[in-house]
Amino acid sequence: MNNIKKVIIFFILTFSFSNVYSMEPSVFVQSTVNRASQILSENITKNEKISKLKLIAKETVDIKGVGFYSLGSARKNLDDNKKKEYSELFEAYFLKSFSSRLAEYTNPEIEVKSKEVINKNYTIVSSLLVGTSERPEVKIDWRIYTKDPNNPLIRDLIIEGLSLARTQKEEFASILNSNNGDINSLFKTLEEFSKN
Amino acid sequence: MFRKLILISVVILISSFNANAGSDGDLVLKKNEPGEIKDCFEKLNRATFAFNQALDGVVFKPVASAYRFLPSPVKSGVSNSLDNLSNLLTIPNNILQGEFKKAGVNSGRFVINTTVGILGLINVAQYIGFPEYEKEDYGQSLAAMGVGPGCYLVLPVLGPSTVRDASASIANFVGGDPWYNITVLNNTQHFSDFDYYASKITSGVDFRAKNYNAIENLEKNSIDFYASVKSLYLQDRQQKILNTNKIIETQDDSDWEEIETQ
Repeated sequence: MNNIKKVIIFFILTFSFSNVYSMEPSVFVQSTVNRASQILSENITKNEKISKLKLIAKETVDIKGVGFYSLGSARKNLDDNKKKEYSELFEAYFLKSFSSRLAEYTNPEIEVKSKEVINKNYTIVSSLLVGTSERPEVKIDWRIYTKDPNNPLIRDLIIEGLSLARTQKEEFASILNSNNGDINSLFKTLEEFSKN
Repeated sequence: MFRKLILISVVILISSFNANAGSDGDLVLKKNEPGEIKDCFEKLNRATFAFNQALDGVVFKPVASAYRFLPSPVKSGVSNSLDNLSNLLTIPNNILQGEFKKAGVNSGRFVINTTVGILGLINVAQYIGFPEYEKEDYGQSLAAMGVGPGCYLVLPVLGPSTVRDASASIANFVGGDPWYNITVLNNTQHFSDFDYYASKITSGVDFRAKNYNAIENLEKNSIDFYASVKSLYLQDRQQKILNTNKIIETQDDSDWEEIETQ
C-alpha cells in the first residue's frame, strides 16, 4: 500500500514539476521580445547592442536547425566534417545578419496576440509590431520548435506572411545554382559576409 | 473594345505555360509555390534588376526619402486615395473570381470613401467596420482560374513579376482598368493622361517610402539581394492569390520535419 502511495506521489510530483519548468511558447516569445526591446532602448553604442542581441539569439534561436533548413537538399550531400564547418560558418553569418537587422530598430513594441499549436514539435505564435509615425504596424508570426518543451527555440520569423527562413533558403539555393552546386562557394560567401 | 479584351485574354491563356481548366486550392497553391517557379531568364532578369536598382538610387530612393518626412496625415491621405482608386481594378477581378459578395463590399467601400471620405483621402469604410481590403488584379484572377505563373520575370522600372502576371496586366490597357479608361483611353474632359501616370508614380513612391527601412536593411544583410527580392515577391504573390494570411497553409513543412536538433 505504501509503495503504491509512493508511486502515486512520485508521478504527481514529476507531472507538476514538468509543468513548472516547461515554457509556454507565447510566454517565451514575449519574454524574448521584452529582453531584445530593453537592449534596443538602452543608451549604449550600436556595437554594444549588437553584442547583447547576439547573446539573446544564441539562447533563443535554433541556429543549427535554421542553418540546415536554409541549406535545403544540399545538406544531404555533406559529410560530418563539412556539416560541422557549415554550422560554424552559418552561426557567424546568422548572428551578424540577425543582430544587424534588429539593431536598426529603436524600442520596438511587440504584442503577442495568439498561438496555434501545429503539432508536438511546432507552435506558431502571432504577434504585432506596433506601428509608429515612421512605419505601419507589422504582423509577425514566430515558428517555435517545441520538441523539448522545457527549451523552446525560434526557427522562423514570418513577417506579414513572408518567411525569413524560406527567403534565406532560396538565397542559398541561388548561390549554389550560380556556382554549379559547389558548396565551397557558399562557404566562401558566408565567410566573407561575416568578416565584412 | 470587348473584342480586344477577348483577344488579349485568349493570347494570355495560350502564352501561359500551365493552363488548366480545373482548379482547387491545393492546385493553385502548388502552382504558385515560389520554389516551383523557374527563373528561365535569370541573366536578363539580373541585368534588369541591376538597372532597376540604379534607377531606384537615382529617382525613387531620394524622392521616397523626402516623402517620408511629410506629415503623417498627408501620407495616410495619399495612401488611402491610391487604395481607393485601386478598387476600380479590384471590383471587376472580384467578379471574375466569382467573389460577388466581395465585389459588393468593395463597391460600397469605394462609394463611401469617394463621397464621405473626400475622394478617398479618409478611409471611412474602415472606421465603420468594413472588412480588411484585399487588392486584386488580372494576374490573380488568372491564377484563381488555374493558370500557372510561368517563369519569373523582372520588368524594367516595374520590378518583379511572372509571365502570367505581366501578360495579364495588358488587360489594364485595353479596357480592363476603369481608371485608365477615363484618364488615358477616353477623353472624358474631367481627367487627363497626367492623372493616370501621376497616380502610378505616386503609388511607387508611396510603396518605396513605406518599405524604406525594410529594403535598406534587406539589401545590407543579403548575400544575394536579387534572390531575396525574388523569394519575397513570389511568397507575397502566393499569399495574395490564395487571399490568406495563414502561413501554415502556405508553408511546406517537410524540410523542417526532418531536421532534428533536440
